Amino acid sequence: MNRVFNYLKSLLLLELLAGMWLTMRYMFKPKYTMRYPEEHIPKSNRFRGLHALRRYPNGEERCIACKLCEAVCPALAITIDSEMRSDGTRRTTRYEIDLFKCIFCGFCEESCPVDSIVETQLHEYHFEKRGQNVVDKVQLLAIGDRYEGEIAAARAQDAAFR
Amino acid sequence: MIDAVRESLLAYGNTGLVAWVVLKILVIAVPVIIAVAMFVYWERKVIGWMHVRLGPNQIGPFGLLQAFADVFKLLFKEVIQPSSANKFLFVLAPLIALVPSFAAWSLVPFDAGLVLADVNVGLLLLLALTSLGVYGIILAGWSSNSRYAMLGAMRAAAQTISYEIPMGFALVSVMIMTGSLNLTEIVMAQAGSKGFLDWYWLPLLPMFVIYFISGVAETNRAPFDMAEGESEIVAGFHVEYSGSAFAIFFLAEYANMILIAFLATVLFMGGWLSPLQGWINADVAWVDWIWKGGWQWTFIKAFLFSFFYLWFRATFPRYRYDQIMRLGWKVFIPITIVWVVVAACLKYFGLVTIGA
Repeated sequence: MNRVFNYLKSLLLLELLAGMWLTMRYMFKPKYTMRYPEEHIPKSNRFRGLHALRRYPNGEERCIACKLCEAVCPALAITIDSEMRSDGTRRTTRYEIDLFKCIFCGFCEESCPVDSIVETQLHEYHFEKRGQNVVDKVQLLAIGDRYEGEIAAARAQDAAFR
Repeated sequence: MIDAVRESLLAYGNTGLVAWVVLKILVIAVPVIIAVAMFVYWERKVIGWMHVRLGPNQIGPFGLLQAFADVFKLLFKEVIQPSSANKFLFVLAPLIALVPSFAAWSLVPFDAGLVLADVNVGLLLLLALTSLGVYGIILAGWSSNSRYAMLGAMRAAAQTISYEIPMGFALVSVMIMTGSLNLTEIVMAQAGSKGFLDWYWLPLLPMFVIYFISGVAETNRAPFDMAEGESEIVAGFHVEYSGSAFAIFFLAEYANMILIAFLATVLFMGGWLSPLQGWINADVAWVDWIWKGGWQWTFIKAFLFSFFYLWFRATFPRYRYDQIMRLGWKVFIPITIVWVVVAACLKYFGLVTIGA
């Protein structure tokens, strides 16, 4: 009896029709696809992307060449040289980050006593030649100047949790 | 207007006659080619939606030009001939696959009188033409001199021949009901006053289902796409084809799919007849097309049937080879044989009214 029942069930294509009903329902569901270059998923204000060096509002660079970031960097990606500037302050002459070595852990930002080195929310960047992976001080400062608004906003959002 | 064009062409003698014939061919072939291009786009879109994706959406508005981009890509690519291939058959095979699938289109009646060749043995000719396509496939598989291609061709041939039998029986039952092999007469025999209940799908319901499933198998489409079997024999019979030769196989396959959809419409779903025929006879101009039959109904129904192809493909996993053969020989053929007898009895004892 059961065999006859099963035979009729398969003959009437009931399970196939159930499958088709399923795919039909999926057809009208909202789609998961993110049309990436046009759409972006929302990013956390703690997102750790490309690095930047910040300045004070008066234009003076924040970095005092304490080399804490260089010391804490687990990937040894940061290289710093420093000297005494004519006004008697200690400043970096060389501040380089090798982005191939960098693991984007954010320790440099955590260690910085003057909030100078930060990781921005930028993650869309590329290198076209060998060597461009080493980002120097001028470039880092330029990134900081360009995205200061976003950097400051993200830090302000996160301040309450620190 | 059609007569005027014909007269003006025929006035040029034999050249005009040739021009008239070529014109008639183009009137069918060009829309079929464009329909195939748009059908490929629609397929990718529908399958995308069913996978909860978006489908092609970059080229042109909503990705509408995607199919044309694919076509031009294929046309500009080199046709590579394997060094050990049979050169003549390798080139001939795509054409053998393409010609019958396009020739069969000349028999499809889109509306009353709107048919290129109103052949009296239309059904028979159709069966012959659709089964000719397998020669293209098997020649392609053999001439490529590749194991995968050969395997795919063998599978395609076995499968097509197996499923032609239930398909033929389904057509026989339609023929019994109508008493004619002419496609236009088959549609007219489904006219009546009971709306869509007058069509053949109701008395021949198992035949209708089997016809469509066999049609899917006959065109080597999922879930019966053993001949291609991407996962085990990479692409089957057209594995060695590239560029425009591959495009021709593609064109033939999709033209066949749309043809099967049109034939299911014509044979079982009343062709251009309205599903509300005879129910309402109001004379309102702007909604007239709903209950008066017309070419638009042929296209709406065929569109729905071609949608089923995509729906099947998105839903079902591929059959195993022995399962396909079992389904064809041990399920479909017995059922169709029985139902041919049932159809004959229905007709003989007057249990169904034809053309009332």
